[in-house]
Amino acid sequence: MGLLDQRFENGNIIITSMDSVLNWARLSSLWGMQFGLACCAIEMMATGASHYDFDRFGVFFRGTPRQSDVMIVAGTVTLKMASRIKLLYDQMSEPRYVISMGSCSNCGGPYWEHGYHVLKGVDRVIPVDVYVPGCPPRPEALMEGLMKLQEKIRNSSLAQRKSA
Amino acid sequence: MITEFGRVLIFLIIGGVFVAAGLIFARLIRPHRPYPSKLSTYECGEEPIGDTRTRFNVRFYVVALIFLIFDVEVVFLFPWAVVFKQLGWFAFIEMVVFLGILFVGYAYVWRKGDLEWEKPSPRIPRYERGVGVREPEMTPEEMAV
Repeated sequence: MGLLDQRFENGNIIITSMDSVLNWARLSSLWGMQFGLACCAIEMMATGASHYDFDRFGVFFRGTPRQSDVMIVAGTVTLKMASRIKLLYDQMSEPRYVISMGSCSNCGGPYWEHGYHVLKGVDRVIPVDVYVPGCPPRPEALMEGLMKLQEKIRNSSLAQRKSA
Repeated sequence: MITEFGRVLIFLIIGGVFVAAGLIFARLIRPHRPYPSKLSTYECGEEPIGDTRTRFNVRFYVVALIFLIFDVEVVFLFPWAVVFKQLGWFAFIEMVVFLGILFVGYAYVWRKGDLEWEKPSPRIPRYERGVGVREPEMTPEEMAV
């Protein structure tokens, strides 16, 4: 199954117009997975609330990975949580994207050197699309991260890129 | 000539076609890469344990039955209370007889002990001192230094 997925080696006019339609659909309704890990989650909640209004980007938090497109890892990823995050990422359906929000999930943050319990960057367990720096990042920063992700999706293609 | 219900039928058919077309189209174009971890049951990130179809404790059965009986009793009381003034003493005596029968049942379940909630009586294992207990490596005087 999957008439369009991983079937084309070269782009043509049909592929590229299909690309633009699919990408537009994907980037305009990035449903987030509703889970927060630490203080970054407070900023994420503020971004989702009416003042910053994440909804205008089509971001709408869902309670289950089956319905989510983007996982915003907001906060400190402890070693205990890392295996759960891996499982949650696995349970999301493709296409799926990950935004790593804040220093802790980017690289361990303040726990970089002596945090015996903290994963030094969530990219050690799941692939990350966009890193948002900050401790914690302001809602504007998270929104910019999301727009970067939208840019990334806009430039993606059904045709498989030849590895250089 | 389309009747009123004919329109409803057309509406239903279009609705069904719309849903089926959406599902089939999505099935054709969506990525499909299943693997065991993705197909596992969502338990908020935990590994799922056991079966979803668990059995209820049989103690709830008697409580449910008793609830049903007295629930119906209350349902009968409401219309009786509404028309009580028109029916007079006859209705009152009838309801007293009805409540009396149910009260006999109530006394019966009480006497039988069905209203008692069976408490579990677990056997708590006792540990002797020294078994599974780590002796402190430092005495309090050593720690204070």
